[in-house]
Amino acid sequence: MAATTSETRTAVPQVVAHRVEAERTGWTSWVTTTDHKRIGIMYLVLTFVFFMLGGTEALLMRLQLGVANNTLLDPKTYNELFTMHGTTMIFLFVVPVMAGFGNYFVPLMIGARDMAFPKLNALSFWMLAAGGLVFYGSVFFNPPECGWTCYAPLSETQYLPNGGVDAWIYLIHLTGISSLLGAINFYATIANMRAPGMGWGRLPLFVWAILTYSILLILALPVVAGAVTMLLTDRHFGTHFFDPSNQGSPLLWQHLFWFFGHPEVYIMVLPGFGIISEVIPVFSRKPIFGYKAIASATVVIAFLGMLVWAHHMFATPSPTFVLVFFMLGSFLIAVPTGVKIFNWVATLWRGTVEFTVALLFAVGFVGTFLIGGITGVFLAVFPVDWQLTDTYFVVAHLHYVLMGGAVFAVFAGLYYWFPKITGRLLSEGMGKVSFWLMLVGFQVTFLIQHSLGLDGMPRRVYEYNDVGHLQLYNQISTVGAFVLAAGILVTMFNVVRSVRHGVPAGPDPWKGNTLEWFTSSPPPVNNFDVVPRVRSVEPMKDIRRQIERQSELAEAPAAPTTESSIRA
Amino acid sequence: MNRIPAALGPAPRYSRSRRLALALAAAIAVGLALAGPAAADLLTPESGGSPNADDIDSLYKLVLAIAIVVFIGVEGALIYSLVKFRARRGAVPAQIRGNTRLEIGWTVGAALILVVLAAFTFAKLPGIRNPPDSGPGGLQLADGVFVAAGPTKRLPPNGKSLNVCVNGQQYIWRFTYANNCSSAPLEAPYSYEQLVVPVNTTVTLDINSQDVAHSWWIPQLGGKFDAIPGYTNHTWFKIPGNLAGKTFTGQCAEMCGRNHANMIASVSAVSPSRFEAFLEQRRAQLRAADQAAAIQRKQVSKQIP
Repeated sequence: MAATTSETRTAVPQVVAHRVEAERTGWTSWVTTTDHKRIGIMYLVLTFVFFMLGGTEALLMRLQLGVANNTLLDPKTYNELFTMHGTTMIFLFVVPVMAGFGNYFVPLMIGARDMAFPKLNALSFWMLAAGGLVFYGSVFFNPPECGWTCYAPLSETQYLPNGGVDAWIYLIHLTGISSLLGAINFYATIANMRAPGMGWGRLPLFVWAILTYSILLILALPVVAGAVTMLLTDRHFGTHFFDPSNQGSPLLWQHLFWFFGHPEVYIMVLPGFGIISEVIPVFSRKPIFGYKAIASATVVIAFLGMLVWAHHMFATPSPTFVLVFFMLGSFLIAVPTGVKIFNWVATLWRGTVEFTVALLFAVGFVGTFLIGGITGVFLAVFPVDWQLTDTYFVVAHLHYVLMGGAVFAVFAGLYYWFPKITGRLLSEGMGKVSFWLMLVGFQVTFLIQHSLGLDGMPRRVYEYNDVGHLQLYNQISTVGAFVLAAGILVTMFNVVRSVRHGVPAGPDPWKGNTLEWFTSSPPPVNNFDVVPRVRSVEPMKDIRRQIERQSELAEAPAAPTTESSIRA
Repeated sequence: MNRIPAALGPAPRYSRSRRLALALAAAIAVGLALAGPAAADLLTPESGGSPNADDIDSLYKLVLAIAIVVFIGVEGALIYSLVKFRARRGAVPAQIRGNTRLEIGWTVGAALILVVLAAFTFAKLPGIRNPPDSGPGGLQLADGVFVAAGPTKRLPPNGKSLNVCVNGQQYIWRFTYANNCSSAPLEAPYSYEQLVVPVNTTVTLDINSQDVAHSWWIPQLGGKFDAIPGYTNHTWFKIPGNLAGKTFTGQCAEMCGRNHANMIASVSAVSPSRFEAFLEQRRAQLRAADQAAAIQRKQVSKQIP
């Protein structure tokens, strides 16, 4: 007794500990999860499934166009295919895949333990899944056939009475709610949950891009939500917003749609810029050149991106001063975009460039996106646009921006971050095969499409006569599309195989700069036991340097582990 | 350290793939160079049928020239830095974080290029936008019976042009020869699909649609102008005299439904005298058809008690 009392008298620090629950497994754990990492993985898997579907639709179209006056597909099927392809790639792949990377990596990169609103985050994902389900459900009935822009009055019930357009409207609503909730979540997370010391000037550039992406989504999505609601009431509840026979305005649809549609382009490509701005410095072993210039260029592009929508409408009946305003606005965007490209090249300059697959995709992005940017300036000159708009030149341009641009960036991100997500590396050999097939396939497919447009071929036609060199050019493009598809399949196989059989990656296989590499791969549920104080844009570089210094000081050569040294 | 993958190892392994890439780039360049002469319109839009199409073509070529310089400069810098600064044993990356003067320099440089482009565009714009007077050998046109010029409607300096109302409908174009499209007389001559026009004559078009959005486009006669229901769009062309007898083809450029691919249009250029004969023939045909219809109506009304 006496011994016990003397023990209780001794001052003992009060230890408070939570019971650690065993991690739940099985499919219910995925359905009910609110962990940003699991939600991120679900985003990535689902969006890549849609990427495969959209790609298959593209290949069917290329097969149809491989021969002049082909009868493989009828015009209805062809129109359905290009509508589904465009809608899938934009609303179900490129926009949400960026949300997938953002979900997984924004909290890790800013040293947070989850998103600000984990349940809202899960809701975002399931809204996306619902949107995809409603849209692809129409395959069993009547898919929409009005293109991803669904111009009124073609999309009104007089011309397309079946439910395809309605399925499209609900897709816009559901994926729109998904993105809007996700955007609010990203904004709240980035604004409030950064690691100590991570001021705005130390925010990783990918996080800057996701922040800007979120603001653009918050500004642009309500407009398209309003527009498709007006279309819905036009179709079913007797309004005439876009019906010219009742004083409605088809041009109003175009303005509302593109007021959303052009920011949407930057919504898709800015996070890609962010990925590139992370990958290039890591594999050049140099700090990013002009951090402030890149971060501010991101914001300036977003601002100007809100002011140029009518450059999609240069051929409509519009006064000259309107055309001039939107031409000059579009010119202005080229400046911050060019600044980014110059900064990336300058980051490579005098570095020691390591040709990993992630870097190959990143520089493949820079080289390809440059062409998309330059052809964008052609299209901004409105008299030139009068010849080029709605032809295959535009198809080529938008694929250089979104496929050669955003998708190459997504692949760079995939090869760069896969080891963090799964703990295993993707095969570099297979990755290189995939990269070269994709790069060559892409250029063969789309470079010639500029000439198709210059040779007089409009977009969205299911057949053409073999005048000029149309059939030859189309055949080149079709062959390229299959090479590109083969390259994508190699990466898909690489992913499926490496999840189980890849080389274990360890916490920091690339010697990264940002905080996601300061935890195990895959990270534990709580991400970090200790969040370090951030002193620069490259906190991991600081941490490694600190460890080197400490191990030099220590007499014993035994290298301390990352975490223990930080605790010390 | 021990987890670094094989691909991050020393550089020599990449020389082969780099050589491959260079060979590939060279092959593509040679292929393009060979394809150039083989295909006349590989790199530039179609033109030759009208001064506005020619002006667009020359504006396009100016943009293309600047684009090629920018393209070679930036891709060159990119490929150079990839080859020159690849990781080598013992190489130390320079820890540069930026260079304010350089960055301001290339921002201003990019802006200057765009100022030049804007200047080119404004210089070329009047020739593209504003129709000229008809040539001396053109159709003789009456004075001042036309609708006033509006924000998009332009008329030649002397106010005289041959006006055609272009009406898009799923999936055909209708052409009515009339000065005022909103109140075109019923007996105004018209045709479908093929528009016959005199050479050396400024032809102004009032473009609209009666159902969904379409887009008027004959590449050799200038750019696209959308036909949007509820709106009237305007453009013009003037076919030079030496092209009499030539037919220019084009097709609808705005997705308008399932048969969009087959909504074709053509413009036949003829001499002014043949044009007048054509109009007279169309008028006679219309009168004959009207009279035949009137007779039929009478017969039908007799049959119905």
